[in-house]
Amino acid sequence: MIRIALLSGACALAFASAASAETVAITNAKIETVAAAGTIASGTIVLTDGKITAVGANVSVPSGARVIDAKGGVVTPGLIAPSSNLAASEIGGVRETRDDGSGTEMSAGFDISYSINPDSPVIGLARDGGVTSAAVTPTLSGGGGGAHRDDGDIELENLKDMTAGRAGDGDPRLFTGQAALIRLAAGDDDIVTKAKVAVALDLGQAGARAAGGSRGAAIVLVKSAFEDARAYARNRSAFEKGATRDFGLSRIDLDALVPVVEGKTPLLVRVRRASDIRQIIKLAAEEKVKIILEGAEEGWIVAADIAKAGVPVIVDTQADLPDSFETLGARLDNAARLQAAGVAVAITGSRDFNNLRLQRLNAGLAVANGMPYQAALASVTAVPAKMWGMSSVGTLEVGKDADVVLWNGDPLETTTWPTAVFVGGYQQPTDFRGSKLRDRYARPAGAYPRAY
Amino acid sequence: MSSLMRAALAATMLTGLAIAGTSSASAQAAKPAAKPAEKVEHKPLPAGLDPTTGPAPFPSTYKALPGRPTAIVGATVLTATGQQIENGVVFFSGGKIISVGGPETPVPADVAVIDGKGKWVTPGVIDAHSHLGVYPSPGVQARSDGNEITDPNTAQVWSEHSVWPHDPGFNRARAGGVTTLQILPGSANLFGGRSVTLKNIPSHTMQGMKFPGAPYGVKMACGENPKRVYGGRSRAPSTAMGNVAGYRAAWINAADYKRKWDDYRAKVAKNEKADAPKRDLQLETLMGVLNGEILVQNHCYRGDEMAVMLDIGKEFGYRTTMFHHAVEAYKVGDLLAKDDVCFATWASWTGFKMESLDGIDANAAIAHKAGACTVIHSDDPIMTQRLNQEAALAMTAGNRIGMNIPRAEAIAWITSNPAKALGIADKTGSLVAGKAADVVLWTADPFSVYAQAEKVFIDGGLAYDRRDPQYQPKSDFELGQPGEGAFHQ
Repeated sequence: MIRIALLSGACALAFASAASAETVAITNAKIETVAAAGTIASGTIVLTDGKITAVGANVSVPSGARVIDAKGGVVTPGLIAPSSNLAASEIGGVRETRDDGSGTEMSAGFDISYSINPDSPVIGLARDGGVTSAAVTPTLSGGGGGAHRDDGDIELENLKDMTAGRAGDGDPRLFTGQAALIRLAAGDDDIVTKAKVAVALDLGQAGARAAGGSRGAAIVLVKSAFEDARAYARNRSAFEKGATRDFGLSRIDLDALVPVVEGKTPLLVRVRRASDIRQIIKLAAEEKVKIILEGAEEGWIVAADIAKAGVPVIVDTQADLPDSFETLGARLDNAARLQAAGVAVAITGSRDFNNLRLQRLNAGLAVANGMPYQAALASVTAVPAKMWGMSSVGTLEVGKDADVVLWNGDPLETTTWPTAVFVGGYQQPTDFRGSKLRDRYARPAGAYPRAY
Repeated sequence: MSSLMRAALAATMLTGLAIAGTSSASAQAAKPAAKPAEKVEHKPLPAGLDPTTGPAPFPSTYKALPGRPTAIVGATVLTATGQQIENGVVFFSGGKIISVGGPETPVPADVAVIDGKGKWVTPGVIDAHSHLGVYPSPGVQARSDGNEITDPNTAQVWSEHSVWPHDPGFNRARAGGVTTLQILPGSANLFGGRSVTLKNIPSHTMQGMKFPGAPYGVKMACGENPKRVYGGRSRAPSTAMGNVAGYRAAWINAADYKRKWDDYRAKVAKNEKADAPKRDLQLETLMGVLNGEILVQNHCYRGDEMAVMLDIGKEFGYRTTMFHHAVEAYKVGDLLAKDDVCFATWASWTGFKMESLDGIDANAAIAHKAGACTVIHSDDPIMTQRLNQEAALAMTAGNRIGMNIPRAEAIAWITSNPAKALGIADKTGSLVAGKAADVVLWTADPFSVYAQAEKVFIDGGLAYDRRDPQYQPKSDFELGQPGEGAFHQ
């Protein structure tokens, strides 16, 4: 095992140095800048030392640059997964590989950045779908990974996972922990670009269960936790001396909540029902807390309220089923309606890495259901970048990081794929575990088994 | 049979024996021979004790929606028989396809004509693996009726008895072009029970949706689910080998049960004395497989496990009709092709459990090229709405490595191939004269992310129209709820 780890480390280093200090010009491309320049019908983009140094219709290719003829293909910013378990959870059904939940011992203090595995084989798979950055977010229910209904007792297992607190101790273990941002650069042994970017909170049905019974209980516990965090922040030394009243959360949990109550770090809130969205918007205003909504299947019902509050939303555009009593109003045009109302909408595949690949298709689905094409492109690039404060990525503009994808057609279409993916100016390897399996079995077997 | 009748019958038989004995006494003395069988006159078994007589239980009451003779002209037509026809004509009447062809195809003057210019036409989509109705929306424990997780062998349960016809998921699936679904029980058990095939029209009874003449399937499950569920309860099976022992034991019992019924019938035919075996619903399902009447629908992810299951079929003389979730079909495409076994899979789902770890998006394409009967299924109330796109992803993954799979071939993965695997290919699944007019008019190339089913016809009746709210049915559950069952503009 150690030998293999060393070997792969050596390969990664070799790859990084071989590709460094390269200037690349992608020519003859339809460039979707997702910025003020809009769509450049045919142009050139130049990547130098990891940055975008030129983009436009009449850009000359620098001498010595490696030229990639896009042949009319489409160039976009690298896609950004707005909320995922990427690199923190491997196989949904294998508990040992799931590191995106804290279990019962921690609440807001759980820091998912320590769970990240830069050698996860699913990173290659995600990149093969054009994803170059992701927000990795903890959840109450752990890494699902596309578990479906025809699956024995997986549902019961998930119910057990939902039990977020120790029975009877009254601790509000609602908060699922702190999110991190990652960048999917091969050969980088630390892909976390920023930790503690948000504290996640599951409300609605899941939150009610975690709170011990009801939505009302969950909201009271959240307010109580905010009060405690403020009291703790006001007088840490008294807390250290044991001279404060009892707090419902531990010191590490309170530490994580302080920047939230100070309005510096957003709270990522998972809600689905319209009434729950109203409650959290009201609570955020009262508590002066910044929030991002995830889910919001009934968001269209309260789109004006969300827009007025300036709250960004992460949606899965496929969600059109009344699959629970909190999504009775789920609709395929939820994203389009929210966007039309002025809400910043980020589109997700799902939080599970294998369905993460559906992100771009979900943006296509939003277009099919009324969202303007440019808004849909932004919902998987510029909007999640802005939402998470990733100012150096998300658009194709001079000075931004060279996180760039070249597609052989419309990036939102089923029949296209990325032909070149750049992260920080480095062209990324295109092979990953799945492509190696594919190539092994796509050819006829010889006299020897394929394992040779 | 009452005890009085039994006594009377026994008396008659004794009398007969006495007479026979007297008349043949001399012959017996000369040449001792096997005692001739007692001749009896059999009465039909009482209602419910003979599985092969009387009305089939829970008969279909399906009635096609009203329809009128209709021609769709000018669209690109995928027939699911390998043809892509530009500027085509699809004409149906009386619930059946009458003619399919190029622009020269004659259409009677007095029929409804739909301008399909710029649009596409395909057969109705068939989802070969659905739990709509048995795991309906909303997904609460009180309606969680898809998995009889009480014994490794529950071949006696029938999914049709769990179907809640008001599941809003049926409406969503129809808007995705799904006209026929196989509803399976879940995969917790080695034998999960019988499947039922439904026509996707709104009905307030399951029987009202039941596909007339469709054979039953039996759900079998390989792999992790049965051993996790029962191993977790410290009972068999808890391992892969425990699974196989469980299948074999069940097939031995089924073969024995079949022998008893076969013997009984043979004796009845010869008017010999015979006692009917007592009906056993569990063994009856498995005997139906051995008799070739019930199709084996086997949840099985891994290639090596599929190979073992095929050998079990050979040991007991049954055929597997289709492997479901077969994410490793690409490793055993040759085996599947040789035994003419279909496999159903996804394009984009992989790695959510250990046995799905090697799932790749080119799975379907590679096994298709190896000659296997390929099906794209959903197992999911969301994906079932976009099986066309899932097929597109699978096709594209093959074309990415130079396979050049045309749309005319790939459309079979969600239409004619699942029809074959459900035993209904003679009735639906392709645009062929004489088959059911299960037809979808798409707004664009159905392999595009932007394509939507615009009109869906089932047996020639307009079941869904994206542009006309009158043909966007709402289930009973959805009335008076937020959104009222409307899920798109």
